[in-house]
Amino acid sequence: KNNVNIKEIGPGMAGADSDDSLYPIAVLIDELRNEDVQLRLNSIKKLSTIALALGVERTRTELLPFLTDTIYDEDEVLLALAEQLGNFTMLVGGPEYVHCLLPPLESLATVEETVVRDKAVESLRKISHEHSPVDLEVHFEPLVKRLASGDWFTSRTSACGLFSVCYPRVSSTVKAEIRQHFRTLCSDDTPMVRRAAASKLGEFAKVLELEYVKSDIISLFTALASDEQDSVRLLAVEAGVSIATLLPQEDLEALVMPTLRQAAEDKSWRVRYMVADKFSDLQKAVGPEITKNDLVPAFQNLLKDCEAEVRAAAANKVKEFCENLPEDSRETIIMTHILPCVKELVSDTNQHVKSALASVIMGLSTILGKDNTIEHLLPLFLAQLKDECPEVRLNIISNLDCVNEVIGIRQLSQSLLPAIVELAEDAKWRVRLAIIEYMPLLAGQLGVEFFDEKLNSLCMAWLVDHVYAIREAATCNLMKLVEKFGAEWAQNTIVPKVLGMANDPNYLHRMTTLFCINALSEVCGQEITTKHMLPVVFKMSNDQVANVRFNVAKSLQKIGPVLDSNCLQTEVKPVLEKLASDQDMDVKYFAQEAISGSSTGLFMEKQCALFPLSKKCFRDTWLPKCFVQLFTKQTILLFILTPNLPAEPSCSVYHHLLNLSLGSHI
Amino acid sequence: MSAISASEKVDGFTRKSVRKAVRQRVCQGSSQFAASSSRPAAPEISALPQLKDASSTEQHELFMQKLQQCCVMFDFYDTVTDLKSKETKRATLNELVDYVSTNRGVLVEPVYPEITTMVSTNIFRTLPPSENPDFDPEEDEPTLEASWPHMQLVYEFFLRFLENPDFQPSTAKRYIDQKFVLQLLELFDSEDPREREFIKTILHRIYGKFLGLRAFVRKQINNIFLRYIYETEHFNGVAELLEILGSIINGFALPLKAEHKQFLMKILIPLHTAKGLALFHAQVTHKACSIISDTLKPIVVRGLLKFWPKTCSQKEVMFLGEIEEILDVIEPTQFKKIQEPLFKQISKCVASPHFQVAERALYYWNNEYILSLIEENNAKILPIMFANLYRISKEHWNPTIVALVYNVLKTLMEMNSKLFDELTASYKCDRQREKKKEQEREELWRKLDELRLQETSAIQNNRCAPCIATLLPTDDGPFL
Repeated sequence: KNNVNIKEIGPGMAGADSDDSLYPIAVLIDELRNEDVQLRLNSIKKLSTIALALGVERTRTELLPFLTDTIYDEDEVLLALAEQLGNFTMLVGGPEYVHCLLPPLESLATVEETVVRDKAVESLRKISHEHSPVDLEVHFEPLVKRLASGDWFTSRTSACGLFSVCYPRVSSTVKAEIRQHFRTLCSDDTPMVRRAAASKLGEFAKVLELEYVKSDIISLFTALASDEQDSVRLLAVEAGVSIATLLPQEDLEALVMPTLRQAAEDKSWRVRYMVADKFSDLQKAVGPEITKNDLVPAFQNLLKDCEAEVRAAAANKVKEFCENLPEDSRETIIMTHILPCVKELVSDTNQHVKSALASVIMGLSTILGKDNTIEHLLPLFLAQLKDECPEVRLNIISNLDCVNEVIGIRQLSQSLLPAIVELAEDAKWRVRLAIIEYMPLLAGQLGVEFFDEKLNSLCMAWLVDHVYAIREAATCNLMKLVEKFGAEWAQNTIVPKVLGMANDPNYLHRMTTLFCINALSEVCGQEITTKHMLPVVFKMSNDQVANVRFNVAKSLQKIGPVLDSNCLQTEVKPVLEKLASDQDMDVKYFAQEAISGSSTGLFMEKQCALFPLSKKCFRDTWLPKCFVQLFTKQTILLFILTPNLPAEPSCSVYHHLLNLSLGSHI
Repeated sequence: MSAISASEKVDGFTRKSVRKAVRQRVCQGSSQFAASSSRPAAPEISALPQLKDASSTEQHELFMQKLQQCCVMFDFYDTVTDLKSKETKRATLNELVDYVSTNRGVLVEPVYPEITTMVSTNIFRTLPPSENPDFDPEEDEPTLEASWPHMQLVYEFFLRFLENPDFQPSTAKRYIDQKFVLQLLELFDSEDPREREFIKTILHRIYGKFLGLRAFVRKQINNIFLRYIYETEHFNGVAELLEILGSIINGFALPLKAEHKQFLMKILIPLHTAKGLALFHAQVTHKACSIISDTLKPIVVRGLLKFWPKTCSQKEVMFLGEIEEILDVIEPTQFKKIQEPLFKQISKCVASPHFQVAERALYYWNNEYILSLIEENNAKILPIMFANLYRISKEHWNPTIVALVYNVLKTLMEMNSKLFDELTASYKCDRQREKKKEQEREELWRKLDELRLQETSAIQNNRCAPCIATLLPTDDGPFL
């Protein structure tokens, strides 16, 4: 057979060489049939390339029928196929032929595996927009109908997601049919289908004419919201919110409120949780009057719910709910109805509830104003600052800025301090890390005196933490503090302490001095750097630990821009030259890097701007800069990899990586 | 209420054992009680006279009263209040259990609704959120139902009621209806294994006595499985439900109904994909082996091959075990239908770097029946197995596996020494051919990618992209 031979592209391809070849479909289909799943998957992922090689006509007449017939495969392959077909319109010849894609997608929409089915539905929704109104009625809508009346639940589930995309663009008779199909699915006897219908009810309501929303959707909503399975009822809640936004205000009370009220008191906590979770949306949808009369008591009940999950979800919404209350009665409602519940939640038995509340409670102060905050909220803040659970305390501290605007932080400072100290010494390093991140903010709000007196020692203690991430964050924190308090403050308070660590017996602490100098030199300015820091760096160039020595080289490179050129030539260069002849190869390497480094530095900054991901690795002083000179695919890969490498420099790893990328590039 | 403290959550790397040590409370109140003091106190119940002391005319009235009394619910999460009433209810329930199991003629029509109401009130509830969201039934202690002291007796009572010789399904079916069964099925999700055990027995009795509910029960169980497989991946009672179905479907005569065939294809086999397979694998295997008729066995094997685990060696070992059990009872004619795909998979398993998987697969050669099947079909199986066995015999890191492979190779050689010699001779050639094929593939894709690049650059250059179809020679015959 000659059809296995490679064919040449015919005349017409401008400038194409004769070896640009097209492959007969048999070869391509062999690839799609490969025994190895991985290879098959790869081929399917490049299905568009295959289609391109075949051209639009043969894609339509040969490739698509093949795909439709051989749909039985591993779910992973089917998923890739479903995704590909969503972008195939141009490859089958444009919108005119887009309906060719429907048969394979229809089969995919009936597969058991949920991810495949969902992807098929997503692709179907996508290509539905590319159908002309005529094609939609001739090809797409019959497909939806077939799915909706399928035997097995999977096809009916998939159908639920397709009604809303075709409804707006079909004739009124077809519209009536679609509504009828949707109605049927809402009372399907498998709960899976009812769940699918309930989750699409809101979306479908949005494309329906208002009269049908009132006549059809409301009854469906009521039925689904009182389904025997709570997994169906909870999905109806979300639909209820969407429906409420569609209806005019005067119809809300009669049409949706009874059902929503019932949902808020459902016997299943999952449904109540859903109501709590959607409460802000609900509040916006029903407007101020219903909010005042119905939602306030409902919200109170949710805050007092017997399940912690529900209380936590409601607690999360406290601030948003209060903010959106009608202005005329906002304060009264909060003071008389909401605040008493909030007070109880502060001493809730469940820590998730407390921490959910702590993350929003500070926001109430802006709503209630200074006097109410001091009288009512402050005791709550103070109680939460003393909570046994660190997450609660952290949430309070991280939102201090809201309260600062209203009453000033001083009111809290006495209670704040013990809370901060305790978090600063927490056994979990991630808790310590979290509190460090709030230090600059706290410092700004508490002022320099309070800081010097109470918090400075904490900041210095972090520098000798046994976890690198904490030391790193502490270094960065110092820089931000200097930005706030100025160079003079730095010179008097932190620089002496930092430089003192250069004589520490632990080499990790000596290195921390260098890291601090890297961070501080720019904010402290030329004078302090030259006068105080540089001598210490020079001294450390004689350190007995190689890691310290090559970090000296790196530091010198880093602080170079701050120094004047005279100093660079007469003082820095000799030290670097000495290091460049060090016996340790890493020290040598970094010293040479520093000597010739200035130009690469600039280049690096540019690349950082292009790839924010790599920025973190560059800021960390350990990454050899010449990486960047090889800006190839491989190096991008390295950038992605490097954050996962050990934080302490182990130079051989980087040399190895570097050689790899050099080798592949040159 | 969760026992995982927030700081541990922040850290995210706590070991399970540590976390478990922190857990203090394993009992859980059910969702129906308000936690705070705002709840109205349960009405106090006072002990009624003993049933056995009452005259036979009063007995019925007293029985009804006691049933009503037992509808009062108590909060067991609160261990201090209502102690006296709780004790009264416990004693009453005990007495009721005794009453229905020893007395004849007590189940007159009016008690049926009372009994169902009492049972429904006590056991039907929305199960509370799990204490431990990533509950691992293999490692963690289950959260036990706090109100078990009462609930156990209620279940006990209900069971005795169903088993009473006077029990009339025709009367009871008005109360034990679809809705009742549906709620009962939902309780299989309870984390408390004692509760699931009771419901299993109860459901079994209901299934046996209420013929009209049978199809409904089967359908709802299927729905639960489908939800478990495709939606939530969480349901505590899968093993129990499988046991029930196992005993139900065993009772069916062959040929298998379409419904059960569908169950096999759409539920039982896909169940193998579930995360928690280890927990109910025994039940699945039992069922798969017991319900399938001979003609269906190839289908099951193909299904298993489709869902063969790719990353979980533990599951792979289970699959191999299940396949062996099926092969043990397969007819040679059916075996022929599946031998090729099956041994391709087994060949992969033999070559698995995980020695337990390789070992489990190699153990097939210790099974006399399977060995006889292999021998019978050695012309087909030997070429499939050979390449991997040969390679593994030289490369596997585990000496036990290498030893096993040598034995297997020896057995295969004895089966068909001529073919074996041919395969050994052509081994190198075959590898080279494979390599060549691989290169050809790469070349094909390289060219396709080039084509694609040209196409896109053509579009980017704002030229009218040449449609490839028009460039094709039009006089080609069909290719397929």
